[in-house]
Amino acid sequence: MKTLIKNAFIIDPINQLNGQYDLLLEGEQISEVAVKIEDQGYQLIELAGRILLPGLIDMHTHLREPGYEEKETIKSGGEAAAAGGFTTIACMPNTKPVADNPATVEYIKSKARDCVVKVLPIGSITKNLLGKELGEIGFLAEAGVKALSDDGNSVMNSEIMRRAMEYANSFGLPIISHCEDFNLNGNGVMNEGYYSTILGLKPIPPAAEEIMIARDILLAELTGARLHIAHLSTKRGLEMVCDARERGLQVTTEVTPHHLLLTDKAVKSYNPDTKVNPPLRCEQDVEALRTALQDGLIEAIASDHAPHTFEDKLGEYDYAAFGISGLETTLALIHNEFIQADLLDWNDLVRLMLINPANILGLTVEGIKAGAVADLTIFDQEKTWTVSKDKLKSKGKNTPFAGWELQGKVVMTIVNGKVVYTDLDDQGKIRY
Amino acid sequence: MVLKRKDFLGLYDVSAEEITEILNTAVAMKEIFTRSVKKIPTLRGKTIVNLFFEPSTRTKSSFDLAAKRLSADVMSISKSSSSVVKGETLLDTAKTMEVMGADVVVIRHSASGAAEFLARNIQASVLNAGDGAHSHPTQGLLDMYTIREKLGRIEGLKVLIVGDIAHSRVAHSNIRGLTTMGAEVRVTGPATLLPKEVEKMGVKAYTNLDEALVGVDVVNILRIQLERQASGLFPSINEYRHFYGVNEKRLAQLADDILIMHPGPMNRGIEIESSVADGANSVITEQVTNGVAIRMALLYLLAGRSLKHEDLN
Repeated sequence: MKTLIKNAFIIDPINQLNGQYDLLLEGEQISEVAVKIEDQGYQLIELAGRILLPGLIDMHTHLREPGYEEKETIKSGGEAAAAGGFTTIACMPNTKPVADNPATVEYIKSKARDCVVKVLPIGSITKNLLGKELGEIGFLAEAGVKALSDDGNSVMNSEIMRRAMEYANSFGLPIISHCEDFNLNGNGVMNEGYYSTILGLKPIPPAAEEIMIARDILLAELTGARLHIAHLSTKRGLEMVCDARERGLQVTTEVTPHHLLLTDKAVKSYNPDTKVNPPLRCEQDVEALRTALQDGLIEAIASDHAPHTFEDKLGEYDYAAFGISGLETTLALIHNEFIQADLLDWNDLVRLMLINPANILGLTVEGIKAGAVADLTIFDQEKTWTVSKDKLKSKGKNTPFAGWELQGKVVMTIVNGKVVYTDLDDQGKIRY
Repeated sequence: MVLKRKDFLGLYDVSAEEITEILNTAVAMKEIFTRSVKKIPTLRGKTIVNLFFEPSTRTKSSFDLAAKRLSADVMSISKSSSSVVKGETLLDTAKTMEVMGADVVVIRHSASGAAEFLARNIQASVLNAGDGAHSHPTQGLLDMYTIREKLGRIEGLKVLIVGDIAHSRVAHSNIRGLTTMGAEVRVTGPATLLPKEVEKMGVKAYTNLDEALVGVDVVNILRIQLERQASGLFPSINEYRHFYGVNEKRLAQLADDILIMHPGPMNRGIEIESSVADGANSVITEQVTNGVAIRMALLYLLAGRSLKHEDLN
């Protein structure tokens, strides 16, 4: 069975494609890319000039399984990813049990076989995320994890972090660091500044994040480790990452759509969907991140998809869970806010959401060419839609972007040559 | 006049006209206290629920008394006696009260924003009796009432708030109300207890009490929570008393007619010396009396939205 994709506007900096092409898929692979391919009775997908990208990667998600299946499962998270235009997602190890051992990683991989997108497990740095003893890093590497992280927790003990970096390096794994000083964060719930003052909410100073970024950069220098700073949210943190990069260290970083689009002013209504860690920062921080993104100083955009139940987010801001459900809005938000506004172009986006994340995770991507695996993201730049909690595939409806009207939408996602999501017919259905 | 709002959550969005109207209404309410029968039938048939998720003696009894003097039916639920401890959510508790016919839900809660949350989710009027470190509008109003009653005005006065500004909803509502009414507000306390960018709220911040006291008309002294010391925010009670305690010696430097206020409960001998608390300049007990009048005024203006003003007389 062959599928012919007609009139795709392909943007693929890997293969220097930027124009309208036809694409023939055969089995799991792309068999031909040409300006025009004659239809010889193939199954036909007419794209009429819509954007077609090599399948995107979200390198930072929480799929909650095993242990928190009420928040999300690998299956439901996969559906959300497909609807959001991702063909591959990396999932953080803060599950129950924690992915600090090969058995849990194997369990995740077995569940991922029923998932419409590809799932890359990340192993934990320390046992049970406690920051006290190293996880079984070698076994985790053998089990196929692509990185190590205690995301959600910081490894507070610098000696443990140092040893983790040294050890991980010998297995070729990067460390993804959630940077937060747990003493300095003061059990805060939002960014420290004018808004925390007028709202009377417990503040988290930016320095709680920056101190750990500084420490981890110093440890990366000491150990030669590959360090990736997760969900960077402050200007000073950014400056330190840029400085480290200039000094030749293997330090990379990512930023989330919510840290690029919302400031701490959004907390004003006490909407628990704005409660996230790191917290939404002040205008100067957001401005610095946006500029850096345009200047190519940030390697990746990731959703930090953190789904929660309705109850987890119900009620008092203090007691609500931290996290934003982001898989289904990330690409559309970045398109709407940056590409539409000519602040980024599609080539930049493919670098931020595919090429660089793949490099950081040590994956090879072939892009769109004959013989490559057919993982594809198709995007309609004209289609407008309103973010609606009811319509999210994710079990986590916790998005602060509900009600936002966006121009541009994922209309099809293809994984291993198979259409797993289509909205070309406005139905937005997942296909197994 | 009635309030053009369903809820009363804080003083941050209340105009000077509204504040004046509330204070004027409270004057009429306070007059009732001098009668032999201290009760009017205005809110007969109205139901007021006091939902206290945090221990409180003063505010709760003040609201109780205010509702009773207006002849409303009052239900009081406090955390220890309600099903909240069994894991019932704030929302469910409030909804239960609502279907029981509450016209006004008075809420005290340790989480900032709890009153806003409730107001968004129920039809009844919500009156904030203090939420976390955010707002305590009835305290702000009763403090302004007391100042206006004693000094005849609010505009142009210099008011100093002393103590733990960062964790104080009393400070917050006083700042909002007083600045709206045109007073000059100063705050002082240890640097660790002044919140970030507090001056953006239109106040002047000091870390030296004696400098802050120069030329002020009113000193409002906040209770210092002794556990703040244990959490590392200041070195010792002794040191706090020395640098931020309002005592006879400091009082002697100030104007003769200065007002000394405290929202209570006091740590006598720590933030305020007993002789100051009980002295001629102190209006601390009058604050308590005025609190009942202010709460009556607000309950009347909220629950009495369907009533005519004449009913008061």
